[in-house]
This record gives sequence, C-alpha cells and structure tokens, in this order.
Amino acid sequence: MVENRPFLNFLAHLVLVLGVTIVVFPVYIAFIASSHGPNDFLSGVVPLVPGPHIIENYSTMLSSGMTSSGAPPIGPMLLNSLIMAVGVAVGKIAISILSAFAIVYFRFPFRTLAFWMIFITLMLPVEVRIVPTYKVVADLGMLNNYGGLIIPLIASATATFLFRQFFLTVPDELMEAARVDGAGPLKFFRDILLPLSVTNIAALFIILFVLGWNQYLWPLIVTTDQSLYTVVMGIQRMAAVADAEPRWNLVMAAVILAALPPVLVIVAMQRLFVKGLVETEK
Amino acid sequence: MQTKRTVFPNKVLPYLLIAPQLLITVVFFLWPAATAFWQSFLRQDAFGFKTNFVWFQNYRRLFADPLYMDAFGHTLVFAVSVTVLSTTLALTLAAAAMRVLRTSRIYSTLLIWPYAVAPAIAGILWWFMFNPSIGIVAYMLRSLGISWNHLINPDNAMVLIVIAATWKQISYNFLFFLAALQSVPRSLQEAGAIDGAGPVKRFWTIVFPLISPTTFYLVVINIVYAMFDTFGIVHATTQGGPARATEILVYKVYFDGFIGLNLGSSAAQSVILMIIVVALTAVQFRFVERRVQY
Repeated sequence: MVENRPFLNFLAHLVLVLGVTIVVFPVYIAFIASSHGPNDFLSGVVPLVPGPHIIENYSTMLSSGMTSSGAPPIGPMLLNSLIMAVGVAVGKIAISILSAFAIVYFRFPFRTLAFWMIFITLMLPVEVRIVPTYKVVADLGMLNNYGGLIIPLIASATATFLFRQFFLTVPDELMEAARVDGAGPLKFFRDILLPLSVTNIAALFIILFVLGWNQYLWPLIVTTDQSLYTVVMGIQRMAAVADAEPRWNLVMAAVILAALPPVLVIVAMQRLFVKGLVETEK
Repeated sequence: MQTKRTVFPNKVLPYLLIAPQLLITVVFFLWPAATAFWQSFLRQDAFGFKTNFVWFQNYRRLFADPLYMDAFGHTLVFAVSVTVLSTTLALTLAAAAMRVLRTSRIYSTLLIWPYAVAPAIAGILWWFMFNPSIGIVAYMLRSLGISWNHLINPDNAMVLIVIAATWKQISYNFLFFLAALQSVPRSLQEAGAIDGAGPVKRFWTIVFPLISPTTFYLVVINIVYAMFDTFGIVHATTQGGPARATEILVYKVYFDGFIGLNLGSSAAQSVILMIIVVALTAVQFRFVERRVQY
C-alpha cells in the first residue's frame, strides 16, 4: 500500500464481502432449496437453512430424475455433458495446434488465405448462423449423435491464435538444431514442440472444457433424443414445465449438479485458468 | 505474415496438418454463413414448394417490422445495462481487492467461479430467487411494498435478465481489471501520493487512464457477450416474454427460424447479426493495435 489508511482498508473489505455475498447468494439459495421437501415452499417463501431432504433429493435426481416432466435422469445427462465438454476441448486443441504448426513452421501457397479463413470463424458465432448450420448438420446425418454435438463446434480461431503466438516465441535455434540432427517435422513436433506447449494446452483445456460444458443452444437444436440431452439444456426442460409449478427442490438439485463440475475445475486449477483466460482472449 | 527464419521444406505435409481445421471451418462456418446470405434474398411460400428471389424484400420487411425494431431496442437496453453494471461492479471489486493485497487471493477465488456457470443456469438461479410466489428476493421486495412479477410485468422481466447476465459476467471483468491494476507501476502511485494526491484522486488521474485500454476492451467484449452469449438466459427463463419484452436479437433469429419457420426472415436477421459481429470485432482489433503502441 502506498499509505496506510485504516478506514479505506475497512471499506475495501466491506465492498469485497458485499460482492462475495451477492455472488454466492443465488447458489446458496439454490442449495438450500435442494435440501427441502416439495411442500416446504408452499408456505410462501424459501427457507434460509438447510432441510433434511438433501440425500433423498439428490439420489432421486441421479437415479430417476423428473420423469413426470419428461426429462431423463440426470446421471446420463451429466455423462453426455462430460463427453461433449471433453470432446470439444480435445478436438479444438488437436486441430488448432496442428494448423498453428503448419502456419508457423512451413511456407506454402495459400498460407495467408488459410489463416484468414480460420480467422473469420471468430466473426461467425453459432448463435448468428444457427438455422443454416443446423441444416448442414441435418444433411450430413449428424443429428442426434455425439459427432453432431461435438464436431461442428471444434473449429476455433482463438486456440489457433494462441498456439501461433506461442510457437512464434519458441527460439528458432531449437528447430534448426533439430533439423541438423536429422529430425523431420513430425518428430520435431512430437518431441520438442508438444512438450513445450504442455502448460498452454492445460490452460486452454480448462477454458474450453467450461465452454463445452456450458453449451446450450447447440445441444438444444441438434438433440431431440432424450438419451443425448446434456445437463445444461436438460434443466431448462425441467424448469419449463408448462402446467404445474416446477418441483423446485428437484430442479435446484439438478442446477447444483450441473454447475458443480465446471466450477470445481476452475477453483481447483485457478492459476492455470486465469493464465488461460487472460492469454486466449488477448 | 510471420514465420520462422527457416522452415521445413515439405510440400504436402502442411496441407495435411491444416486440413482438419479448414474442413470444419468451411463445412460448418463458411458454407452456412454463405447459405444464410443467399437465403436472405429468397422467399419461400408457406409449404416450401416455391422459392423466389426477392432482392432486399426480406430486409425491407424486417426494418418495417415494429417487432424487429423492438427487438433492436431491447437488445440495446439489455447490452448497455449489462455492460455498464458489470464493468462498474467489477472495477469496484478489483480496486478494493488491490487495497487488501494480503487477502486478495481468497477474495478472487470467491469471486471468479461464476465464470464457470452456464448462462442458462445463471438465468434459472435468478428466476428462482425472483419467483413471484416463492422467491426470496420477490418476498423481500414485497415487504418493501414493491410488487414483483416477471411473468406479467415486462420491465421486471428485463431487470431480471439484466441481473442474471451481469452476475455471470462480473467474474470475467474482475479478472481482467485485476490484471490491469496489477500492471500499473507502483512508482507512479507513490509519486502521486508524494505530490499530495489522495487515493481517490490518484485513482481517477493516474490509475484509471492507465487501465483505459483494458476498460475499452472489456466494454466491447461485454457488448458481444450481452448480444450473443445470453441466448441461454433468455431461453431458459422468460422465453422472450412477457409481451416480447425480453426478445433480444439472437433469440429472435432462433425463434423466427426454428419456431416460426420463416427462413428468409431468419436468414436476413442472421446476416444483420453477422455484420454487427464483424463491426465489433473490427473495433476490438483496432484496440489491440493501439494497445501495442501503448
């Protein structure tokens, strides 16, 4: 601190505590709601302390789910989300690192054109071209399978840029030494470039995992088969029960289960996550 | 474009390496975008038997359509509110975290995790808190004499999605502001202090101008976020209602295309959105150039 001002320090703590409270409060309420029985809400307001039905509610959600409202059990949905999140993250990293390698370590005709074609994907988020993309996926017969869920999302300009920037900072001498020693491009990539990129790959994986897990619109339109629902879009089906008041205790149990995996990943890998976030976006 | 001083001589290999990404880009990005562009000039009859080329008729209809203009208005209100609220709150929190350096890591951990919560889930969390019959916030508002019902009151519904979208975005802005604040040289602050400037004055005259590139970057990113990444919030909660009061542009593209099956109109809307993204990306890249000189 430049100077010591106890009052300002106190104010800073106050602001932060207030901020944390506001940020945590909705999730706390959701957790409380998920620990009560279905009748505890009828009195008019959600209680503020945990109720006795935690285990019951969560095991209901994991085993049978809310079959009455036409949503599958949450276990398979969590698995689908996991497959989709890992698939999107691994796929994006794999194709981006290869194309960045090609762009940085080779000179070939149409290299700049290829780079711009990748770059332009930045400007075409799936939300704005949703109907024609759906049509392409439908024509390719990729509706209602994991391929359709994952493959259309794995082109990524940001990941390619990140690897390109990183490769440009790798000393040229490494590549020259490898060539003098008779290593071909693939051997250089596998034995030198890939090990050097491990931190970047890990940081990127965290960001992309969260991104894949949280996809909403895409699974909503390409899956009509319940066995392929991902958890984030499945919850909407539960909350939007048309006729009856949704069973909030169960919906909130589902909300907690759906939000927990990506939140845990970020909290556990905070340092890598911050690195990945700040570097990919700039 | 930059490469290495020496490169590998292979002729075919680079194409093989770049092929997967280009293939996916062409099939799932460029081709659909081109289709949307083409389709925005076509008009199908109700049964899909006949398709006519109608030049700009879809666009003219859109801009003559009060509902579309309303959606523009809602998007504007929504994006500006979310951007202003989330950047202001995040900057306040980041500035406070800078003052309490010793504990700032704990506060950071407690503040950044909403980044990992899906927009749709953020929407449902707040939807539940504000639920007119059982929500705790609605209950508190009632005891203050404010009646709240986002199911029938358009303004309430808009406030609700603004809060949900802001809540989710604060952590992102916080991280970037914190990084920016940490990179402000301490010597400048100390010099200001020696010259007799108090903490508030130092912040506005020294720190704030120095972090203005980050602020500008975040403003652009937040507008992009509010316009395009918040589909889940709207779809999982208000579904554009009540009385279309929360129908933002991305929701309308989806709704008109998938529910209304008005392909020409939806395609024209897609093209308009693409133009907006291109403009925002261009602005963002100009900023990156400036930042390099900074």
